[in-house]
Amino acid sequence: MKQILVLGGGTGGTLVANLLAKKLKDEAKITLVSASSRHLYQPGWLYVPFGWQDPRGLSRSLKSLLNKRVQLEIGRVSHLDPHAQSVTLESGHTLHYDYLVVATGSRVTPEDVPGLAEGAHHFYTEEAAWKLHAALEEFNGGKIVVGVGGLPHKCPVAPLEFTFLLDEYLTRKGIRQQTEITYTYPINRVFSIESVAEMAEPLLKERGINIETFFNLESVDPEKKLAISMEGSELPYDLLVMIPPHRGAKFLEGSPIADAQGWVYTDRHTLQVKDFPNIYALGDTTNLPISKAGSTAHFEAPVIAEHIAAAIQGRPVDPKHATYNGKVTCFLEAGYEKASILAFDYDTPPKPPTPSWLYHYEKMAFNKAYWYLVPTGVI
Amino acid sequence: MVSPVQITKEIDARGSFCPGPLMELIRNIKTAQVGDVIAVLSGDPGSVKDIPAWVEKAKHEFLGIEDVEGEVKRFIVRKAH
Ligand SMILES: Cc1cc2nc3c(=O)[nH]c(=O)nc-3n(C[C@H](O)[C@H](O)[C@H](O)COP(=O)(O)OP(=O)(O)OC[C@H]3O[C@@H](n4cnc5c(N)ncnc54)[C@H](O)[C@@H]3O)c2cc1C
Repeated sequence: MKQILVLGGGTGGTLVANLLAKKLKDEAKITLVSASSRHLYQPGWLYVPFGWQDPRGLSRSLKSLLNKRVQLEIGRVSHLDPHAQSVTLESGHTLHYDYLVVATGSRVTPEDVPGLAEGAHHFYTEEAAWKLHAALEEFNGGKIVVGVGGLPHKCPVAPLEFTFLLDEYLTRKGIRQQTEITYTYPINRVFSIESVAEMAEPLLKERGINIETFFNLESVDPEKKLAISMEGSELPYDLLVMIPPHRGAKFLEGSPIADAQGWVYTDRHTLQVKDFPNIYALGDTTNLPISKAGSTAHFEAPVIAEHIAAAIQGRPVDPKHATYNGKVTCFLEAGYEKASILAFDYDTPPKPPTPSWLYHYEKMAFNKAYWYLVPTGVI
Repeated sequence: MVSPVQITKEIDARGSFCPGPLMELIRNIKTAQVGDVIAVLSGDPGSVKDIPAWVEKAKHEFLGIEDVEGEVKRFIVRKAH
């Protein structure tokens, strides 16, 4: 029987494994390897720094989300040999495959920017989001600088969302008057997509938030409390919140299927890995020039499941799921219970509507419904 | 037409609205070696303005723009420092 190995038990890996189990029933053996026995709902971390979400409510047992036909193995992959078609775990255990799906996501690497780990907060891990919550609770006014501390980073809208929610949090706490907020961004406007920048910039200004564009963080001086950019500006801070740069999983760095930062060479339409047609990749770990987002993994998963199932069943690929068209959708929280939504694909740029309560409540409902809808493949 | 230069790395950022071709360029410049020539393929009309503006601000060297097909253009940049 053919062996399918799925690496990673996050949004992408869990969904692909479940879709394959539904399509193939007992026609293949499906094993999912994950470093963690928990499945994490990372979008919820956005609210943790403000005390609006308990991080303990943002994870579930991975096993409980998997189809019974999927075998779960907990362990961290330390090596992939795509020629021998095998994967080795830190424990030394080696697994062989006929088809491999790489869905090991991305990891934050603050160590890539001098001073960042010591000087800055972020909310891109559960632990960091908790720590930032403690720092904000103690904060009584001063200068807060928020921005993108390195590229690439997942969920491109999150720094903007965080800034809007920070303004709301400080206002509610009664210390907004005593606080200067500065938002930094790497390019010449407040967000990479022009239509989103045009919507967000007046909102930032209306809320008295300073804007520092063309700001690519080069280093942080934790002693002098300065954030220093490649373009030559220095921003003093009392509290610094910078999204660290990301890399792919460590075992992928410099592997035959990935570049030096661990981003897997992935075909933009079939999601097949370059030179290895029996390997597929999805989610944050690909080198595709699109948003690293849960919704990206969600829309990619059916394409991979269909290609592998068709190959095993010896039938042509169903044209409905033959190619990925770059579809991504992301909510954008604007604070004060309003949000917008961005939906786009390779050919169509997004046209974000004016923030309204409707999208905010849709996002809140989705945050709760995620567990029932996404990893299981209901939608 | 740009005089022929040896391109070290080409990034295919067609269809990238978010984070966008310029963000792809910045991330690749950061990990490149000084002197490397990076090319970015972009179909976003905004790139014509955005990419040269950032390259100038960040003091790298803008080597030129080539038409590829339809809206798609190739932007060529040398990492200067
Ligand atoms: C604060 C924040 C807010 C966000 N908001 C949104 C949002 O609103 N909308 C949206 O669409 N996305 C959002 N995202 C992004 C989204 O969470 C990720 O893009 C998504 O989880 C990517 O899915 P993935 O399957 O590629 O990776 P992940 O879900 O990160 O899963 C990776 C899996 O691989 C495992 N793994 C890693 N290394 C190894 C190894 N060596 N061996 C074995 N297993 C390994 C991990 O344990 C994990 O199970 C947000 C992210 C953050 C941090």
